[in-house]
Amino acid sequence: MKATTKRDRGFFHKLGYFFSDKEKLEPTLVIILTAIFSIVLGVGLIFLVSKDPVQSARNFVLGPFLRTYNIYYLIIVMVPLTFTGLALCIIYQLHYMSLIVDSSFYMGAVIATAIGVNMTLPAGIHPLIAMLVAGLVGGLIGVLPAILRIKWRANELVSSLMLNYVFYFLGSYIILYFLRDRNQAILASLPFKATFSLPKLIPNTQLHAGALIAILFIVLVSVFLYKTRWGYQIRITGANPKFAAYTGIHVASIVILAHFVSGFIGGVGGAVEMAGLYRAFIWQANPSYAWDGVIVAMLAKRNPKYVPLSAFFLAYLRVGADFMSRRGDVAFEFVTLLQGFIILILASDKISNSLKIRRLKKAALATEGGSRTRTTSSSMEGNSL
Amino acid sequence: MTDFIASVFSSSNYWFIVLRSTAPILLVTLGAVITEAAHIKNMALEGSMLWAALMGVIVSAWTGNAWLGFIAGIAASVTIALILGLFALKLDANPVLCGVALNLFSSGGTVFVLFSLTGDKGISSSLSSKTLPFVRLPYIENIPWLGSILSGQNIIVWISVLAVLLIHLLLNKATIGRRIRATGENIEAAKSAGIDPVRIKFFTLVISGVLAGIAGCFLSMGYTSNFTSGIAAGRGYVANAAEVVAGGTAFGAIFASLIFGLTDAMATYLQNVGLPPELIQALPYFVTILGFVVVTVVRDHREIQRKRRLFEGETRSPFGGGSGKPPRTTSGAME
Repeated sequence: MKATTKRDRGFFHKLGYFFSDKEKLEPTLVIILTAIFSIVLGVGLIFLVSKDPVQSARNFVLGPFLRTYNIYYLIIVMVPLTFTGLALCIIYQLHYMSLIVDSSFYMGAVIATAIGVNMTLPAGIHPLIAMLVAGLVGGLIGVLPAILRIKWRANELVSSLMLNYVFYFLGSYIILYFLRDRNQAILASLPFKATFSLPKLIPNTQLHAGALIAILFIVLVSVFLYKTRWGYQIRITGANPKFAAYTGIHVASIVILAHFVSGFIGGVGGAVEMAGLYRAFIWQANPSYAWDGVIVAMLAKRNPKYVPLSAFFLAYLRVGADFMSRRGDVAFEFVTLLQGFIILILASDKISNSLKIRRLKKAALATEGGSRTRTTSSSMEGNSL
Repeated sequence: MTDFIASVFSSSNYWFIVLRSTAPILLVTLGAVITEAAHIKNMALEGSMLWAALMGVIVSAWTGNAWLGFIAGIAASVTIALILGLFALKLDANPVLCGVALNLFSSGGTVFVLFSLTGDKGISSSLSSKTLPFVRLPYIENIPWLGSILSGQNIIVWISVLAVLLIHLLLNKATIGRRIRATGENIEAAKSAGIDPVRIKFFTLVISGVLAGIAGCFLSMGYTSNFTSGIAAGRGYVANAAEVVAGGTAFGAIFASLIFGLTDAMATYLQNVGLPPELIQALPYFVTILGFVVVTVVRDHREIQRKRRLFEGETRSPFGGGSGKPPRTTSGAME
């Protein structure tokens, strides 16, 4: 009964409930602290290397909001991060570590390029077809490490990293030998057909309809993971594969399904990026959005609902770093350094649960002083995730 | 095509390149072998190599001494391994995720440091860094074919061969090696025998850091004479795959890293035949996965065979002989 009464209450009741419930508040607090701490660390690094640290730090922290263009740019940067973040949410719900989404995204972009350059279709359908095909290809690629793991117990992270190299070279081969624009000095594909481009949401800006597609996918993935049978089976399999097998779930097919869906999202993400932002394929290197997806998914605690927030934070860091590096003497790559640091902090249970551990220890000491019951220490061990 | 392959295999230059490109992979693979023996996955090998390559270049340019750079590189690499240990063993983090984090940290961090020092993001050519010495073998270099393969290699190539022996001895003959394997096989049993698993795991991480550091220094101070961004090119990941192919032994690591070395060296030749370079560049990684799969299939097959034999023995022994063939279903159901 408690659950229904909780749901019936309004937003502010929920908010009050959220702040009174320490179990929920503490992880969020840790994430916010991590975010703040990473910004502070970033500023510290700027002061270490920059000749004009105050200006650089200002550009880094406030840059994303200094120009309207930057705010649009922030949303554009959020789009691919959202796609790879969602894809990795599914993988992490399964407690797998595969990073094959990188290939799915890259190959999705390549396939979309092929369709955008070669096919003649009406305006509305052209990008949709490209997304669908890119998604299917991405899904099939996404399945590969899962098969290697299930059939031959090959570590999926290792095999996916190898496959990422293979697909990166394969993708650039396809662009170079089948789609290259030989009139361009730099490596670029032939220009896309006009029908391939996604419409702009606000004229004269780069803000494209891909943002709406990203929102749609956030809703879809949330529903898929939390409201459908397959999503439930994925979560059960992730939580305890043996239990899942005993309840009659075919674990191998669920793992493959989850990887397919995840790869599909990655592939669509690649196609959206191409159709929304570019007029031709001009990536000189793999943008490796999957690595950013890791941090998006982790900050969101594997829940698609929070992906927009964490994608926003990461986009904020990246846009700030970009703005700063264009106007100063600090390299953009320092944001990658910060990202690694954030993952380290979030990955370590002792740090991310430090508030909870402290609270439980306090409670344990209090009860020990009074009645010498020692139940809390055991509950501490159980809740390590 | 066969003529071409025959001509490549008979060329001494090919084998020279094979040795050269196998050495760094061999070193990191040994690093992966030793940590995996203690049952902790060091995914940060890639990051370790990157920092070693960068610090080697920076310190050797700064001091003018290649060996000081070498030591600094190893120190940087060990530091990364220790950070992994700190988070994975002391702060209860998932080691694989930590590895991913540290690789991200390193790929960004090395470029950040390089840019802050030189103003260039791609290459360290503005630093006048030193290279580690190349070894000319006095009498062997006169042997017609073999001489030109073995002589003139960088000293790290020979260190990598030495490392195989050392790691083999460490794992199989030394007390610490037995402790490492005990930790890896059954941590509870190891604990009850008075072994501190965390310490053992830290020890293996340090060793793997040293090995990855040597490999990283070789890349920027021997294999090439500069640091370029992303110089490790996935070798740290390849090592984790090669470790499986190696089957957890030091001599297996030679075989496993040769797979990569042979294809990597072949790639430079295939480029001359007019095959697209992109596909050739993908070849070493592809072959590594292939080797990875083939070895696990073979090992699984052997395991099933072994279990089947065990099962046969079991059914026979109580009745002194038995009818011979076990029911097939049981061995088939074995996972």
